[in-house]
Amino acid sequence: MTSAAYRLLGGGRIDRGKPVSFSLDGRSMSGLQGDTLASALLASGLRLVGRSFKYHRPRGFLSAGVEEPNGLFTLGEGSHTEPNIPGTTTELTAGLTAWRQNGWPSVDFDLMAINSLLAPLLSAGFYYKTFMGPTRGSWMFYERFIRRAAGLGRAVYERDTNRYETRQAFADVLVVGSGPAGLAAASVAGRGGARVVLVEQDSLLGGSLLRESVAGGAEQWRRKLETELEALRNVEILRRTTALGLYDGGTVARVERRDHRRLDPARGEARQLVTTLRARSIVFATGATERPLVFANNDRPGVMLASAVRSYLNRFAVAPGRNAWVVTNNDSAYDVAFELAQNGVKVGIADARRLVDPSLSMKAVGLGIELNLAATIVDVLGGKAVRGLILANGSDGSQRQRRDCDLLCMSGGWSPAVHLTSHCGIKPRYRDDIAAFVPGGYAAGQFGAGALTGSFSLAAAVAEGVAAARNALAHCGLARDMFDVPLPALEMRVCGIEPIWQLPWSRHRKAFVDFQNDVTVADLGIAHQEGYRSAEHLKRYTTLGMGTEQGKTSNVNAIGIMAGFGGAAIPSGATTTFRPPFTPVAMGALAGRSIGAHFRPTRRSPLHDWHIKHAGEMLQVGPWLRPRFYRWAGATVASAYLEEMRLVRGAAGICDVSTLGKIDIQGPDAAEFLNRIYVNGFAKLPVGKARYGVMLTDDGAVLDDGTTTRLAETRYFMTTTTAQAGAVMSWLEFLLQTAWTDLKVHLTSVTDEWAGMAVAGPKARAVLELALPKVDLSDARLPYMGSLETSAEGVQLRVIRLSFSGELAYEIYVGGDYALALWEQILATGAPLGLKPYGLEALGSLRIEKGHVAGLELDHRTTLDDLGLSRMARQDAPFIGSQLRQRPLLQAPERWSLVGIESLEPQKRLRGGSILFAAADAIVGHGRGYITSVTWSPELRKSIALGLYRGGLKHQGEEIVCAYPLKEEQVKARIVAPLFIDPKGERLRV
Amino acid sequence: MLRIKCPCCGERDYTEFTYGGDASRERPAPDRADRQTWYSYVFVFDNPKGPHQEFWQHVHGCRQWLVLERNTATNEPGASRRARGDASE
Repeated sequence: MTSAAYRLLGGGRIDRGKPVSFSLDGRSMSGLQGDTLASALLASGLRLVGRSFKYHRPRGFLSAGVEEPNGLFTLGEGSHTEPNIPGTTTELTAGLTAWRQNGWPSVDFDLMAINSLLAPLLSAGFYYKTFMGPTRGSWMFYERFIRRAAGLGRAVYERDTNRYETRQAFADVLVVGSGPAGLAAASVAGRGGARVVLVEQDSLLGGSLLRESVAGGAEQWRRKLETELEALRNVEILRRTTALGLYDGGTVARVERRDHRRLDPARGEARQLVTTLRARSIVFATGATERPLVFANNDRPGVMLASAVRSYLNRFAVAPGRNAWVVTNNDSAYDVAFELAQNGVKVGIADARRLVDPSLSMKAVGLGIELNLAATIVDVLGGKAVRGLILANGSDGSQRQRRDCDLLCMSGGWSPAVHLTSHCGIKPRYRDDIAAFVPGGYAAGQFGAGALTGSFSLAAAVAEGVAAARNALAHCGLARDMFDVPLPALEMRVCGIEPIWQLPWSRHRKAFVDFQNDVTVADLGIAHQEGYRSAEHLKRYTTLGMGTEQGKTSNVNAIGIMAGFGGAAIPSGATTTFRPPFTPVAMGALAGRSIGAHFRPTRRSPLHDWHIKHAGEMLQVGPWLRPRFYRWAGATVASAYLEEMRLVRGAAGICDVSTLGKIDIQGPDAAEFLNRIYVNGFAKLPVGKARYGVMLTDDGAVLDDGTTTRLAETRYFMTTTTAQAGAVMSWLEFLLQTAWTDLKVHLTSVTDEWAGMAVAGPKARAVLELALPKVDLSDARLPYMGSLETSAEGVQLRVIRLSFSGELAYEIYVGGDYALALWEQILATGAPLGLKPYGLEALGSLRIEKGHVAGLELDHRTTLDDLGLSRMARQDAPFIGSQLRQRPLLQAPERWSLVGIESLEPQKRLRGGSILFAAADAIVGHGRGYITSVTWSPELRKSIALGLYRGGLKHQGEEIVCAYPLKEEQVKARIVAPLFIDPKGERLRV
Repeated sequence: MLRIKCPCCGERDYTEFTYGGDASRERPAPDRADRQTWYSYVFVFDNPKGPHQEFWQHVHGCRQWLVLERNTATNEPGASRRARGDASE
């Protein structure tokens, strides 16, 4: 066990009585309850926490928060492995396993550090330049190595077995952030009677107050407000919860993390919950993030953000060094200098400004701190840990002095966390006085408070929190008593800053701006020189801000440096676009329970269980499960479907067609309605007859086809394809409710009410007569395209004589609850005649032999003319699409129209999607068409297909080539009429 | 995200609805329109930035079509009414 060499004896919000064991790189280590992984490692003296992305430079923790670019770890094992998790936000829990990343063979001794020597070849935009010209082809060779070397952590391929949940929630006032502004806002909103939700990404409430000593007034105030909020029943406090994004209408997505608890997924305990919260009003109190300073070698382990060192000191009782220097361009860093000195650390300050507030300089001198003004750091010494620095003074930086140190605290200023307020497109604006961006505005009912708005003093934060909450209450129409919140007893601090974006006179250009993606000032220089000057160009060209921390510590510095190159001021709106999520979130959390079988709803026919029991191989078709084939016919689909086709052509088969869309259409104007939507007329269809109909969209393409039966003078039963059922229903409702409101027509979707079964084959009538002995199914009573309403044993039946396969066939509709009984009865009585079930594959192949178009031909681009159905269209009256289908280009003779194709090489396989060429064409390019549907025909003993071919049946009889470039296959074939069997339809009229 | 007031069912989440296109123009009468009128209706229309009249169907509710005013720039929903228009039902 490593001793906690850097742990202070007193103070901190950790429990010295509760040690916590964890492992790092397989080595057992120990920390304390309340530690993060980072604070435990720093307490033990471990500095080197990873290797950088491109150059594999040794890195240490930069921060104490979500903005951490360096200290990313792989946590967990097996299927629970998660890479790239910041150690600064990982709560230390018993048994935590952590691995440092990106070093080979180890982070301590990393051979990939050789990349540092290749640095000149790896600068900004290198892959646009290194692999151009004569070396262009080599990219494909080197890409493999570059890709393997890139990245930080490694993901695992095992399925994530954690449980995640998603929820919906509502609130009156959402408060984001529990720093002084957020606590004050939640207090006022809560006492004002609103339903308040307070979200805090940390495990403790307090925000910036957690950087203050536990012995001071800040801690007392924090605890007091926390106790008060816990006692308010209308306030929901969510710790470890990050607001991920702001969306329209006051919608916020948040993720609650519960990894700190022992969870049992088998008992439904979710590791993370993503909630979509709709808030009537929102108070944003998201605070601000400190910026680094930019100088040579500012990325060495031991160079940290000044406020992060304060955090480690006061929250975790860790002093990450014994000999510290503070380099700054603003007043806030003096706090950590004073506190380090008070904890016995040797301290020096290099302030880049010429003048500072005398109260600060006097206090520094009083604590024995070496204070240098107009001073900068021009280099940092040490590789795997800071050993010293080079200080530069004087007007030209020529006075150089070396100082020893093992900790360098830098502060370049503070950047308000404007992410959430910018997600809906309100760009932040720049303020010269604080050298930072603040929200550019808020949507109605949304307000900002505290450091987010650029108010860095405690008094202002509390006052703004109170004001924002009052405004939020007013927006919700709630009582607006003047609740107030007293200020904490804290020393007032000054907040001056001078915007110095990069420290001058750096010894060399390895001055880092984006630590995570290894982007230096030199890279920014290249981008500027090559014209990539806007923030969006700069980002993509240098990859600045594209890592897991999305530029939280780099974006503003980069904008400042770029502006400096051009000698211009920083324009407002200069930031890149902010997009959710604010911090990385597990994909599983976003999916919640919509995984596996719950990814989408499954629709089953009433005969589903029968299919399963009788060895039907089920296929997912959209949301439906349908039997593709049955095992009685063969072990694989390739042989089974042919056997099922032979069954239907030779004897009789029965197929479950319950998934077809069915719509009941009633009303005095039902006939007129159908006349308007179908291309062929339905008003004169006799009662008891069925007709095949095609409907178009307004632009003249085919929308859907189906069979509609007239049940009575004012009643029709329409069927649609399975796939288009929903779209057609909505379309018909649209027409009746928005355009043809004078038509008296009522529609009811009855798809799920009626089960449907097709009995097809020469023996179909015989089969049904056995199953329904009391029903007259003679050709006289029920001719082709006739229908009859009947019943059997008291159960209502609808029998329509129509055929998809081209054989004698009937579709029987019965209420879903009776489907199984009827199906089994038909099969039982029909067994002696050879009746068996057939599936989707055979169904789809039989119709090809008959030349019936189906979904593969009805792709919403083909027209009636393309499909050879133009004779169906009425000439005497308009219908939907009747005008625009006559546009000259839609009737051009060179369009790709429906043809039949028969293979001339039976030993070769003909594939759907094959590209068609004339026999004399070169096999290159898009060809003259393609195969839409294909099958082996048992009757003709050859492969046949339907397809679209330029010029269509003008080329009947010509030889073509069907090319399948994916498998480099070509098959000789011939164009024939799209009707392969029974051209006179004699089998239908038996 | 969008909260839409269905005239029949009250305020509901946008996930219960399907968008149905531009409601600011009248559909040509089926028997009286020529090709040019249909061409303009189907293919030629404005894409305004700002308040826009739109068709939405409450597919996961009453299945009624409604006309919603929505601001295409800010995505704020405005007033909604039944597409059918009669107050009697």
